[in-house]
Amino acid sequence: MSADRPADAAASDAADAAESAAARDDPASLPDTARSFGDTPLLSASDVAVSFGDLDVVSGVDLRVEPGSLVGLVGPNGAGKTTVLRAVTGAVEPDAGTVEIGGDPAASLSAKEVGRRVASVPQATNLAFDFRVRHVVEMGRTPHLGRFDGHGVEDDAAVDAAMAAADVDRFADRSITEVSGGERQRVLLARALAQAAPLLLLDEPTASLDVNHAVETLELVREFVDDGDRGAIAAIHDLDAAARYCDEVVVLANGGVRAAGPPESVLSADAVGAAFDAEAFVGRNPATGTPAVTAFPHSDVEGRRVHVIGTGRPAARVVARLAAAGHEPSVGVVPAGDAAAGAAADAGATAVTAPAFEGPSAETVGAACDLAAAADATLAVGFEGSGDAVGPNGEVAAAADRLVTVSAGVGDAELLDAVATATAEE
Amino acid sequence: MRPWVRSSLWSGAIAALLAAVVVVSAAIGPVRIPPDTVVKSVLNALSVPAGIETSASGVGPLPVPGVGPLTLPGIDLAFASPFAFPVDSVHQQIVVGVRLPRILLAALVGFALAAAGTVMQGFFRNPMADPSIIGVSSGAAVGAVAFIVFPAALSATVALPLVGSVDLALSRGAGTSLFAFVGALVAAFGVYAIATRGGRTPVATLLLAGVAVQTFLGAVVSYLQLQAGESLRQIVAWLMGHLSGAAWSEVAVTALVVPPLFVVLLAYARDLNVLLLGEEEARGLGIAVERTKRVLLAASALITAAGVAFAGVIGFVGLIVPHMLRLVVGPDHRVLLPTAALAGGTFLVAADTLARSAAAEYPVGIITAAVGAPFFVYLLVTREVSEL
Repeated sequence: MSADRPADAAASDAADAAESAAARDDPASLPDTARSFGDTPLLSASDVAVSFGDLDVVSGVDLRVEPGSLVGLVGPNGAGKTTVLRAVTGAVEPDAGTVEIGGDPAASLSAKEVGRRVASVPQATNLAFDFRVRHVVEMGRTPHLGRFDGHGVEDDAAVDAAMAAADVDRFADRSITEVSGGERQRVLLARALAQAAPLLLLDEPTASLDVNHAVETLELVREFVDDGDRGAIAAIHDLDAAARYCDEVVVLANGGVRAAGPPESVLSADAVGAAFDAEAFVGRNPATGTPAVTAFPHSDVEGRRVHVIGTGRPAARVVARLAAAGHEPSVGVVPAGDAAAGAAADAGATAVTAPAFEGPSAETVGAACDLAAAADATLAVGFEGSGDAVGPNGEVAAAADRLVTVSAGVGDAELLDAVATATAEE
Repeated sequence: MRPWVRSSLWSGAIAALLAAVVVVSAAIGPVRIPPDTVVKSVLNALSVPAGIETSASGVGPLPVPGVGPLTLPGIDLAFASPFAFPVDSVHQQIVVGVRLPRILLAALVGFALAAAGTVMQGFFRNPMADPSIIGVSSGAAVGAVAFIVFPAALSATVALPLVGSVDLALSRGAGTSLFAFVGALVAAFGVYAIATRGGRTPVATLLLAGVAVQTFLGAVVSYLQLQAGESLRQIVAWLMGHLSGAAWSEVAVTALVVPPLFVVLLAYARDLNVLLLGEEEARGLGIAVERTKRVLLAASALITAAGVAFAGVIGFVGLIVPHMLRLVVGPDHRVLLPTAALAGGTFLVAADTLARSAAAEYPVGIITAAVGAPFFVYLLVTREVSEL
């Protein structure tokens, strides 16, 4: 939206937005799907292989979208996510394998029937002529119309509902060439909703959306599939969003499916690290409780046992970075429920905890001391200014063979260098 | 407003304009005839079926001027002229016998070229596309020029298998038109065949194949012109486009070919809109893309071939008229296609009227270019055109 529009226009937009937001709360606001397939998988692809000339893009891909589920397709650039989606719509012909849509082989269905069963939201559209936004959404009704049919009441209702749901009704009469990239992406979503097909295919649906509309879009897709008869498959870059919204995540990398299943089990540091060729730490998003993936550049360090002394977010950060780099961290003593303990749990590392507000027992301190003594290096995090660690953690520090002190704000490279230096002395 | 309602209103308005231009054009010439006399003459010439006669007396003659009575074996139709206005018979003859065939041929050719141009611009998603882009015009030119240069040899080629006798030589006009028509279709099919691999015809390949074939056929035409000798002047006239000497028979043939093809194109208007999204999205929206492309290409090639067969290569109508109308009515082909076609007819009638009312008659192709291009520039400058 242009920033230089008059204020009253912006105000009326805001009022319209509130109105359409209110309309969205009504669960009946999504266009009704023309057809239900009962329990039949909406999409069932098995052993699909696609190549472009001599280049094998993907092979052996199995995919299933059950009614009521949202499947996220994640993977690095060039992994073949878009190619897999195109193989589903028949835009590319698979070299091998079968694709069934609603129980019937895709190859046996007419283009029109595929259009009634599958609606696609492409990454971008290259409209060279200035159609009005509403007209573009109306094109979604094409598979439901005969050659000489005009739009009926049902078609108009579907178009209206789709435009309200995707929040594009405010600029229905603008030209598609005049709206922003994010607005255009929502127009494409509205067009797919107007198509009223039970299976929705989305290729990076949030790639050019602002944070609000990205969430709104995924909520809308969630609402779409929660109806029970409909399903969706979405290629998504944002792993956190995939974890938050998808029932199942399929990791595509190196020409095939590397992992598939519920996000909690699939989005592990190892799986993500291998698929994306990066160092990854999978924690929890504090606001949603769903897996939150953080990737780091390659460090190529030798894995060591590292004990961390310190509490709170600084220590948590150190634990996460060490785990991502392939070190085997432990932490303690920390109060139970401390951020550092949480990070250790996410990394599968040992944390020695003491009940909060109580001093640690001698036994607990002893356990931490043992860890520090056995570690290749011990890091004291965030004790600068107050001298050395004191109290129970002072004991742990004293027990350490090689003690390195780092500041709370230590940089990633500095941190890994400190560990490397401390462990390389012998 | 519903697109088809909007389409009908716009088309009605432009059709009225076309009718007005036809009447004015028929009034203009060496002999000035009042417009009301033109209308009366046209009405006098009308004949409508008055009923089916059961008498075994033979055939019901349909008095098509210039062709003679049209007989329908087995069905006896009676025709009657509902109007009998008192009109000077010389005026009647000038209007109906001389001016009207030329005007109607201009209208039909303009209609065909603008319709094909609209479809090609949408099909190729390219504002510079026109009906000749798939080689139709250059193929027609080769056919026509070849016949002009070697009339006897080519008449024999055609006449032999048809009649089995070399004596039946084609008349000059009919031969040129026939060879132009055949040449146009052969060239278009050649371009299509070159660009098609494994049942798919990528638009970009089609465009480049069209350029290649056009270039090659251009060389052939140039070579034939060198061999032409005394018929060079005739070749140049054909290549520039001309409507002089149009006969009712030519109008009748064109009128039989163009409207059905136009109906086919119109039936695909919505598919054409969706194709503008790109082929992959069109497929996702349930369009059988390759079949639709074949239908559109074939119908456009045929309608263009019918347009250029009698009138020669008339440029700019197919390129500029669709743009003008797109600026006025928008890109929806359900509205754009009929209005552009009607406007193309109107434009070519007006241009041809100018061409024949100058001191010396000019080829109408010069007029369409000279008048069309500045008007197009005017539209570009006065209307905000962000993207085409």
